[in-house]
Amino acid sequence: MPVNYYIFLSVALFCIGIAGVLTRRNAIVIFMCIELMLNAVNILLVAFSKMHHLAGLAADAGSRAGSEGQMFVFFIMVVAAAEVTVGLAIIVMMYRNIHSVDINFLNRLKH
Amino acid sequence: MSKLIYLVPLFPLIGFLVNGLGRKALSRSIVSIVGVGSVLASFVVSLLIFLEVKSPGFTPQVITFFDFIKTGKLQIPFAFQVDQLSSLFLLIITGVGTLIHLYSTAYMDEETAPDFARYFAYLNLFIFSMLLLVLGANYVIMFIGWEGVGLCSYLLIGFWFKNDAYNDAAKKAFVMNRIGDLGFLLAVFWMIARFGSTNFADVFAQAPGASAAVLTGITLLLFVGATGKSAQIPLFTWLPDAMAGPTPVSALIHAATMVTAGIYMIARSNVLYNLAPITQNIVAVIGLATALFAATIALKQNDIKKVLAYSTVSQLGYMFLGLGVGAYTGAIFHVMTHAFFKALLFLGAGSVIHAMHHEQDIRNMGGLKKYMPVTHITFLLACLAIAGIPPFSGFFSKDEILTAALLKSPVYYVFGVIGALMTAFYMFRLYALTFQGKFRGTHEQEHHLHESPKAMTIPLIVLAILSVAGGLIGIPEVLMKDAHRLQSFLAPVFAESQPGGETVSHLSHSTELILMFGVVAIILIVIVLAWRKFSNYTKTTETSTGFSSILENKWYVDEVYDAIISKPLRSFSKFLNNVVERLAIDGLVNGVGKAVQYGSRQLRLIQSGQVGSYILIMVVATVLFFIIQLFWKS
Amino acid sequence: MLSAFDNFPALLIWLPLIGGVIAFLLKNEGSVKTWALFSSIMTLIVMGVSLMYTEPKDYLLNQVSYIWLKDLGSSFGLMLDGMSRILCLLTAISFPLIFAATWNTHYKTPNAFYGLMLLTQCGLMGVFLATDALVFYFFWELALIPVYFLASRWGGEKRIQAAFKFFIYTFAGSLLLLIGILYIYLKTPNQSFSLVSFYNTTLTIQEQGWLFWLFFIAFAIKMPVFPFHTWQPDAYEQSTSAVTMVLSGIMVKMGVFALIRWLIPLFPDAVKSYDNIVIGLAVVGMIYASCIAMVQDDLKRLVAYSSIAHIGLMCAAVFTLDHEAMQGVMVQMFSHGINIIGLWIVVELIEQQTGVRKISELGGVAQKAPILAIMLVIIALANVALPLTNAFVGEFLMFSGLFRFNIWYAAVAGLSIILSAVYTLNMIKNVFYGNTNTLTETFREITVNQRVILAVIVVLVFMVGVYPGPMFQLVEQTTDVILKRISAK
Repeated sequence: MPVNYYIFLSVALFCIGIAGVLTRRNAIVIFMCIELMLNAVNILLVAFSKMHHLAGLAADAGSRAGSEGQMFVFFIMVVAAAEVTVGLAIIVMMYRNIHSVDINFLNRLKH
Repeated sequence: MSKLIYLVPLFPLIGFLVNGLGRKALSRSIVSIVGVGSVLASFVVSLLIFLEVKSPGFTPQVITFFDFIKTGKLQIPFAFQVDQLSSLFLLIITGVGTLIHLYSTAYMDEETAPDFARYFAYLNLFIFSMLLLVLGANYVIMFIGWEGVGLCSYLLIGFWFKNDAYNDAAKKAFVMNRIGDLGFLLAVFWMIARFGSTNFADVFAQAPGASAAVLTGITLLLFVGATGKSAQIPLFTWLPDAMAGPTPVSALIHAATMVTAGIYMIARSNVLYNLAPITQNIVAVIGLATALFAATIALKQNDIKKVLAYSTVSQLGYMFLGLGVGAYTGAIFHVMTHAFFKALLFLGAGSVIHAMHHEQDIRNMGGLKKYMPVTHITFLLACLAIAGIPPFSGFFSKDEILTAALLKSPVYYVFGVIGALMTAFYMFRLYALTFQGKFRGTHEQEHHLHESPKAMTIPLIVLAILSVAGGLIGIPEVLMKDAHRLQSFLAPVFAESQPGGETVSHLSHSTELILMFGVVAIILIVIVLAWRKFSNYTKTTETSTGFSSILENKWYVDEVYDAIISKPLRSFSKFLNNVVERLAIDGLVNGVGKAVQYGSRQLRLIQSGQVGSYILIMVVATVLFFIIQLFWKS
Repeated sequence: MLSAFDNFPALLIWLPLIGGVIAFLLKNEGSVKTWALFSSIMTLIVMGVSLMYTEPKDYLLNQVSYIWLKDLGSSFGLMLDGMSRILCLLTAISFPLIFAATWNTHYKTPNAFYGLMLLTQCGLMGVFLATDALVFYFFWELALIPVYFLASRWGGEKRIQAAFKFFIYTFAGSLLLLIGILYIYLKTPNQSFSLVSFYNTTLTIQEQGWLFWLFFIAFAIKMPVFPFHTWQPDAYEQSTSAVTMVLSGIMVKMGVFALIRWLIPLFPDAVKSYDNIVIGLAVVGMIYASCIAMVQDDLKRLVAYSSIAHIGLMCAAVFTLDHEAMQGVMVQMFSHGINIIGLWIVVELIEQQTGVRKISELGGVAQKAPILAIMLVIIALANVALPLTNAFVGEFLMFSGLFRFNIWYAAVAGLSIILSAVYTLNMIKNVFYGNTNTLTETFREITVNQRVILAVIVVLVFMVGVYPGPMFQLVEQTTDVILKRISAK
């Protein structure tokens, strides 16, 4: 399967994520949209990783080309997991304090 | 003896310090003794020095005490010059000074003890400064005295400092003097730049090598200084106002000594002036113009001291005329005789004012001759002297100046004679209004009229003798051969500038004699006219009109100066303060601050606090970066 | 450790620093004041003793260099040469006078006030002594910071605003200075901040051109020279008198000092090509400030503008690069400091008693306090450079140098001599002469202490005025060295 398909899928997912982040006010939904964007990137990384690996193999049987992409995916997953813990904790605290998860109430920095 | 020259200014300085510091502790009599005694001691030393200078075989000396300023190539020693000119001035200053100090002890007796001491302290400080001025062996030391006498004049004019008008007069005197001083200073800087020294000897030695432009510049600037100090056009208006000070001060500072500092300075610089004929002409013209201008004003003044003040300005003009036409000895001669008779006139006026309880308007006087015989006689003698009647002193000195002027240009002579006629007229108007006729003051004043005490009349008598006989040291060649003792005495000082002697007469003796006595005859006629006209003066209420009102208002010079200098300067300063400073410069500075604040306030709006908008900006920015990256250089 | 104290420059910095720290720790107002006075007198004594060791053989006593930021090429270098001496002497004399003159003023948190004052003294001394650009910059800022706090915590109603303006203004200048210093540092052959390597750095004409302006603006703000002066009247007006005295008496001399020590020797070519602009600015500023001083009604503002005029003359004289004029500047820095502190003391004494500084509201003080009036007249006349007072000597030489540079500059600048007489006499007339009014009716004669303080100033005025020889000797060598550097280039 050509890599283009993966790219289209990834871009579509990323745009959905951006649109969600920009338009929604519910913190949890925004949070999920951020996850969506991260995973769109993950897909892209895996796809390119595979592509480069195949190209590398063609030149040299023992090549490890493209493995960095997969490494990055793991990093992103770890970061995402950490983010979830911290982010969800913030959202929970926020709910406890203001009984809402609407981010438009989070404008106290302005004042 | 000339090694002891430092004693001359030292005594008055000590007197100043004693009276100044002890003004609360000392009694009047001690103050008087210190005040008069210090100047008298100076006089005695001056007399001894004069005798030494006069003795044959004397060579001028410069006595250096320490280096006042010594840095780099510039060296200005604190040094005194002992020669004929300075020793003569020492005598005039300390001699007349002693008499006026003595007179003051009686005149100022109404003051409280501290004020009395303050007065004598100032007066001693003045003598000290004046002596520095005359003794200085370079222009800087002279300038120290020059500014010092200005300061003392300021302090003494404003002696009664509760009166604001007096303070204004004092301020005016100081500021006008400062304008002149700036000219003097610039001249000194020019000398330093051109000759590398301000010592008289060095400057005069190098002067012939300098270009005419430099010499004209230096001499003109020095002359500006002289116009300030000696009250010449255009800086003369302070002197009549200076009459706010106590009358002995007017006599000492504003008639006999300080105002002649300009003449002394130019006579001292005769070498320079002789090399700058343009300046000489300007000096002569300004002097003549001042002589006439002030004389016209004096014709219509009613304040006894104002008449004398304008008369002083006018006489100073004659001295400058003398300097301008190269009659240095004549000018110095006139300084001397003027010191005698003008001091006498002022002291006489002071005596009258004292008797009249500070009435100064001559329209309210009259007939004082029977109440104040000594004052009357001495005043009359002084009037004759200033009018130029032989054999009184003024005749000889004025005649010498006029003769020299005639040699230069008949125009100078004619105008000079016209001025002399006016002098005779206003002086005898003053005399007649004051002493002749009937008393026109109040009964109370009449009741209190009295002759002044001894301390005041003795100086009057001494000065009267000098006014009468003082001219005999300078009898012109035409009347008596080799009788001009002053000229032969001063000859070494002016030798360089006049190799041939100054009254090498191109006139035949008969012409000179005819002119001399012709003028005297006209003056006598004028005197008789004035005497007759004003002896029977009665007070009138009508105000003068036309030309005489212009004269009465002193040609509106003060008003003109106010309108073209003081007021524009003030409004210009206000404009600078309110517009340029506040709005332009400070406005710019504060504007930068305000702009930063305004910009920040606008930028703050972006920080709306809406998380969504932050993200939107982030996304937009990211996309922008991509676009820039893609399309930047391709 | 003791070696840090065994020479004069180090002592002059350490003494006020230690004094200041101790002052912070004291709680009682009386003891703080006594301590501050004591400490400043100690500094004065050290300074006085140091004047006896001016021969070249006393080199070790007058010059020192500690290891500081070795990797950066900066060492803590201090030197006491002629010009430093005259300014350190001014600083050392001024502080005891200031403390004594403002003895009766009560401050909230006096320990902080006196502590900061002594720190300022430390900073000033450092500026005058530094032989290393980084040390110079360090002290330049160190002097500024305590003054900012002094000006913003104690003083008039608008003090915060005025102090803020002062701080931003001078700080902006300092940053320009820092950029300039760093640029030259990078150009030095041996990567060093020391004065000697700075002197040995060759800069192209273009580099000199813009570096000159960086340095000049920094110093011009400090002096201040027209048109960088507007912080000054506000700051002087709003600060308490003690701070104003420090600002006007000593701090403005930092600018003039820095011109001579740093700017002139570093950029000789630029100085020669821009001299007309700078002197023109200074001369315009003199007339401008004198004119404005004539219409001021506030005593403090009047003195402030008169100070701008005098500083303008010094700035102009420095740029004539004339030996005599430079000597005049050095002596005048000292004289002006003394005179203006004297003037402020008189203003302070008047304000203490009447509560106002408006010239138009006062009058007749001379009747009630003749001694104060005499002292003021002497100091004021010294300020307008009457002969035989200290300022005459300096101004005479400066004008003389300016005249040699260009006749017209001297003639125009000379107008300020006349204008200064006008505003000074106006002030004397309106405040001291005339009749008393309700405000001055109850004016009392000054106390013995105050008389002594003013008498000290008057004595200094006449000492320098009548016999200025020692002063010239003190600075002659510094002037020679600096001017030789320029003519050599």
